[in-house]
Amino acid sequence: MSVFTDVSALLVGLKTTLSEAFKPHVTVEYPEQKSVRSQRYRGRHYLRRYDNGLERCIGCELCAAACPVGCILVIAAENTAEHRVSPGERYAKVYEINMLRCIFCGYCEEACPVQAIVLGPEYELSDVSREQFIYTKEKLLEPGPQQTPLHAGRRR
Amino acid sequence: MIPLTTPDPFGIYANPVGHWFVVVVAMLLLAFVLVTATAYVVFFERVALGFMQRRPGPNRVGPRGLLQLAADGVKGLFKEGFAPVGVDRVLFVIAPGIAVASVLLGWAVIPVGIWGDVTYWISDLNVGILLVLAVSSMNVYAIMLGGWASNNKYSLLGGLRAAAQLISYEMAMGLSLVPVFMIVGSLRLQDIVTYTVHWGPYSGPIPLLLLAPVSFLIYLVAAVAETNRAPFDLPEAEQELIGGFLTEYSGFRFFMFYLAEYLGVLTQSTLVALLFFAGWYLPLIPGVIALGLKVVFFLFVFIWLRATFPRLRYDMLMRLGWKVLLPLGLANVVITAVLLVLLT
Repeated sequence: MSVFTDVSALLVGLKTTLSEAFKPHVTVEYPEQKSVRSQRYRGRHYLRRYDNGLERCIGCELCAAACPVGCILVIAAENTAEHRVSPGERYAKVYEINMLRCIFCGYCEEACPVQAIVLGPEYELSDVSREQFIYTKEKLLEPGPQQTPLHAGRRR
Repeated sequence: MIPLTTPDPFGIYANPVGHWFVVVVAMLLLAFVLVTATAYVVFFERVALGFMQRRPGPNRVGPRGLLQLAADGVKGLFKEGFAPVGVDRVLFVIAPGIAVASVLLGWAVIPVGIWGDVTYWISDLNVGILLVLAVSSMNVYAIMLGGWASNNKYSLLGGLRAAAQLISYEMAMGLSLVPVFMIVGSLRLQDIVTYTVHWGPYSGPIPLLLLAPVSFLIYLVAAVAETNRAPFDLPEAEQELIGGFLTEYSGFRFFMFYLAEYLGVLTQSTLVALLFFAGWYLPLIPGVIALGLKVVFFLFVFIWLRATFPRLRYDMLMRLGWKVLLPLGLANVVITAVLLVLLT
């Protein structure tokens, strides 16, 4: 009897939806819970240092050249004996990334010969004004070991 | 909500002015309760649908999301009530009002419960159920006029579908109730709820579901179609008609259509509980709470159906209405009549 098969199909559907209601939710409730990111996730940029506190960046501008949207600005300056910032000849006097333009492609990371610029795992980058999205060198640079209270005043 | 056996210690009720005062206060109270309840029907639907889709539903505004509907309501009130070029302004504005008014009117005769020995309703009409059926089908005027006045082909299609659907299912709905009327012998909702049987040792109220199961099934299907709910939500049909008659509505008018839809669901749930499940009778549980539990159960059934079944195609809808439910309803009437004659 086709009527009975049809009606039993409806009942099977009702049973399925009801049983789904008692299974655990799959929702990740975002601000409290966060989904696991890949180890290779490309989020906010960092400028790294060597273990001795010197900056890795040598101001070669390869990252700016590789950037497909042109959001990186590097202005290099010479290292001197009294003012040594990086181990190479030059260092980045100005290093800015416009995060509103950045597409997080990671080409800067690949282009960098000294692994100075890396993309970290942070992705919550919202802010309240456009100016805040120009990430300056101060924001990008990871804190060095010298920035203890004793030396903090001397470095800037 | 005038008590059946009115306890009138202060003589307010005997005084004509006092009488009207009581009636107006009761009406306002009932309207307020219904609108609030409707908001929580929407909340209940969103949470229940969420659970069936393995997500929590709204849970951010207020404790466990209970204030979500208040937030949505305030948002809707402050939104711009946009009317596109070329609409029939009068009908466009009137239609949502008709929708809400027609559903609220039905509640005039629905007994909302019993407390102690007193039953409460606004008006005790001896053809109450007919009034509810007549008034609730006025909802289609709102949908048709709104669809026609919107000056939009999708709205018009939605309105026409609503009309065709209502005609098809109103017949089956009315016919499904005829056996109930024959068994009870009255059209008063109170009489139908308090229908008692004397079967050997048992003497008391009985859910009419046991006496008229086919009527219950037809009524349930027709009630879902009547309230334009999934799987019979063809007048809205988001995927085909972008929302049908609701397409051009926004802000407060849109909310009024929504209020009418969910009030309709609440009305039909209450009617099913009253007509087929002995309303406020449940062992050990006081009247109002028993009715409330039954209503919540049927609200859940409405939501459950929506979560489960895909929308019917238009020709399937017509076929189900005219070729299945209507003959079944007629046969049900005839068989019940024959059985009644044979048994009594």
